[in-house]
Amino acid sequence: MTKQLILDNVTVQFGGLKAVDGVSTAIAMGERRAIIGPNGAGKTTLFNAITGVVMATAGKVVFEGEDVTRSPVHARAAKGMSRTFQITNLFPNLSVRDNMRLAIRGLSRAKFSLLGRPELTAADDAEVERALGLSRLVGRSDTLVKELSYGEQRQLEMAMALVARPRILLLDEPAAGLSPAERVIVADIIRSLPRDLTMIIIEHDMDLALGLVDWVTVLNNGHLLVEAAPADIRGNKAVQDVYLGKARRHA
Amino acid sequence: MSRDLASVPAGAGPTGPSAVALTPARIIAIAIAGLALVCVPYLLPNYYVSIATQVLIFAVLAMSIDILAGYTGRTPLGHGAIFGTATYVTIYWSTTLGGSPWTGMLIGVAAATTVAAIFALLAIRTSGVYFLLLTLALGMIVWGVCLRWTSVTGGENGIRGSVRPMFIATHSAFYYLVLAAVAAITFVMWRFVNSPFGLTLRGIKDSESRMRSLGYNVPLHLFIAFTVSGFFAGIAGAIYAMFNSFVSPSTVALTQSVAGLLMAITGGIGTLFGSFVGAAAIISLENFVSSYTERWLSILGLMFVLIMVFAPEGIVGRIRMILARSKG
Ligand SMILES: Nc1ncnc2c1ncn2[C@@H]1O[C@H](COP(=O)(O)OP(=O)(O)O)[C@@H](O)[C@H]1O
Ligand SMILES: [Mg+2]
Repeated sequence: MTKQLILDNVTVQFGGLKAVDGVSTAIAMGERRAIIGPNGAGKTTLFNAITGVVMATAGKVVFEGEDVTRSPVHARAAKGMSRTFQITNLFPNLSVRDNMRLAIRGLSRAKFSLLGRPELTAADDAEVERALGLSRLVGRSDTLVKELSYGEQRQLEMAMALVARPRILLLDEPAAGLSPAERVIVADIIRSLPRDLTMIIIEHDMDLALGLVDWVTVLNNGHLLVEAAPADIRGNKAVQDVYLGKARRHA
Repeated sequence: MSRDLASVPAGAGPTGPSAVALTPARIIAIAIAGLALVCVPYLLPNYYVSIATQVLIFAVLAMSIDILAGYTGRTPLGHGAIFGTATYVTIYWSTTLGGSPWTGMLIGVAAATTVAAIFALLAIRTSGVYFLLLTLALGMIVWGVCLRWTSVTGGENGIRGSVRPMFIATHSAFYYLVLAAVAAITFVMWRFVNSPFGLTLRGIKDSESRMRSLGYNVPLHLFIAFTVSGFFAGIAGAIYAMFNSFVSPSTVALTQSVAGLLMAITGGIGTLFGSFVGAAAIISLENFVSSYTERWLSILGLMFVLIMVFAPEGIVGRIRMILARSKG
């Protein structure tokens, strides 16, 4: 399998703190990968370095053969990187419809139409309806996002990340803070993603994460601790020490 | 609760597809307003026709400010300078150089747009109070140039000279020409703020980081928005040259920027059409107050504070909120 995303010794330093410390891994085209680890392990920061929200202070990010370590966020999005945010990041004062319009036009020329009609093309409209259907948001188009329930907002996060047909999808704790019923919806959405779409998911809920992926990367204190198949993760001694042990103590 | 004066809250209420749709109620409202505007010269003496003309011109300036303040969430305090650049160039071209006033207006708008593009390059990477102060400083530079470059601008004396062609010499003829022009400009601006590009500005106002991760080059969008906004401010300034037949540093001064912003805020930030209400309110007040006191500037400042404290969503914004509430 060809590697779509290569992280080579990626380091992100905030002042004296190395939030991500020399992480190297490679993700294959179409792979599903989980990144797990205790709070503060550097998972979100690693996503930020991949997508350009923060720049890696050392190391390299190579996406589809191209070194994107210094590219701005929008340029990486244009290459097909799409993500959701751990802390809901939507357009609260706009309707669900307008949020989706912005999501699907992000990579098209239509965004520069200065005097055009606001409506989407029929083809784009069908894509939006499909994504809203997948995310259980049908019939909510006219609602302002700030008036959606938290669960619906998380579903919209997914719908917006999906709708522009990305080449790689990065999900940052998509199920955090959701009820068990809402978690099922999120898991369903992920399962119904096109099989050839590469996906990386950060997820605290082991049961959810391990059931969805081919391979797991465990971070701790910014370091890559272990990489293994989901079946081998629970039994791994190091993982139990830093992650499961901690999680059990906190529970 | 502290209110950030640099980012004016929008009073637009729900702005889904409903903001664009021409509902019967909206068509009737536009028709009544249009009819009233057409009747002005028949109903009112010349003095008021002239004030109505001024309201229309400044409504365009206020709408241009609203594009930035209401849609991108960045409040500019230098638009008086962009507006006045067009006024200076138009009058200089047609009076000092003796050229055609129409060509003068075209060059004036081009000059204002260029000034806006330069402002934009310097200001788009800032937001909040920094954007406000930076645009204020840039406006002050233009004002300083107009004051000191005496050989061209006439310094404090300004430039006087009739720009208006004969066929629009009367108050009512000029009023109708301005009304037609402003109607067309308003339609274009309405299309602009509701276009796919206009939506990107509202997205930027809500979450720049999400816009970037969706693939938007945020500074580029802000640059285009600022330049387009300056283009419209320039059109207002060029028409103002025909209206006023006189330009001096006070046309590009900070007071002009403040007055324009106050009109946009009084009408309702992010409502576009509120600018007409705001311009009417501020200009009426100015004419009323000026006949009693010299302290118009103090009154303007006081107005600013009162609006920000008691009705930050503006008149049209407040009306929309009340309507939205009564609908449930
Ligand atoms: N922008 C930032 N500035 C300074 N420190 C940060 C920043 N972002 C994250 N950190 C720190 O980096 C570490 C890793 O954070 P994060 O990547 O959010 O962890 P995780 O997502 O695994 O919980 C934490 O100690 C956090 O406080
Ligand atoms: Mg995190």
